[in-house]
Amino acid sequence: MQLIAFYILSTVVVLSALFVISSRNPVHSVLWLILSFFTAAGLLVLIGAEFLAMLLVVVYVGAVAVLFLFVVMMLDVDFKQMRKGFADYFVVGGMIGLALLAELAIIATAANTDQVRNFDPSPGADTNAEALSNVLYTDYLLLFQMAGIVLLVAMIGAIVLTLRHRPDVKRQNVGDQIARRRENAVEVLDVNPGQGASIRKENEK
Amino acid sequence: MQDVQPLVLDYLPVIIFFVFGLALCLAFLLLSAVLSPSNPDPEKNSAYECGFNPFDDARMKFDIRFYLVAILFIIFDLEVAFLFPWIFQVDAGNVEAFWSMMVFLGVLTIGFIYEWSSGALEWE
Repeated sequence: MQLIAFYILSTVVVLSALFVISSRNPVHSVLWLILSFFTAAGLLVLIGAEFLAMLLVVVYVGAVAVLFLFVVMMLDVDFKQMRKGFADYFVVGGMIGLALLAELAIIATAANTDQVRNFDPSPGADTNAEALSNVLYTDYLLLFQMAGIVLLVAMIGAIVLTLRHRPDVKRQNVGDQIARRRENAVEVLDVNPGQGASIRKENEK
Repeated sequence: MQDVQPLVLDYLPVIIFFVFGLALCLAFLLLSAVLSPSNPDPEKNSAYECGFNPFDDARMKFDIRFYLVAILFIIFDLEVAFLFPWIFQVDAGNVEAFWSMMVFLGVLTIGFIYEWSSGALEWE
């Protein structure tokens, strides 16, 4: 049963990855990418790495793919223009593709050993998350802290690069609104019929 | 080391859910394709637009603030992702791991304070 699930999931991963690069509409590409993320998460569940599978769904599907979709759907990009350089980049892109293929082949040949076949997703623990926790916050403490600093740099970088204040925009100041008293906002006047009201100016008060 | 087979069986409800979802989607698509009357006409097939033809497509320059909000969301999403496995260390009473997370959260809180004070969270 596990084998059947593996074959179904891996077929869907490969097919949806193919559709990511072959579909004409970039929005469809991103949707296929989301499908391949989901099925890859299923593959991770199959090898027992539950926590990584859930992180894949939370981070990649929940955040990264939505960001991609957002950019692709809304950004003013002429996709026909982008496709023009295909012939120019074909050689370089093809070489990068070949390099990746070679790496995959090396991993595939190295994977066919007993050590990898009896792969343990959670060494020395009950669950994958616990096994990860046992090394992440002890042996790799420094790397964990560095991850925090990388996130800080990303946050500050995003703000510095994109934040532009527009001084001409009127903003709501909640504090001013709440601090406003009845005395300096409303005035009761006695108005005689047919005479109208004479309104005092602000500086006469 | 856990046994993988029962773990996969734990996901049976998820699989059933997906199968039902897929079946329902396909049923809607197939039934509406088969049962609904089809009498095509160029006017019916063209997109309904009130009044005039569209000037250009939906892609346009939009405020970069949307993107900024999305990026800031991703960063805090990752922060939460780090919190989940940390629970096991707290449960085991690992003081060092506890304080390392506090430092991690502190570093991100510095970023959060910067974010707040620079007005990145305010919508103009």
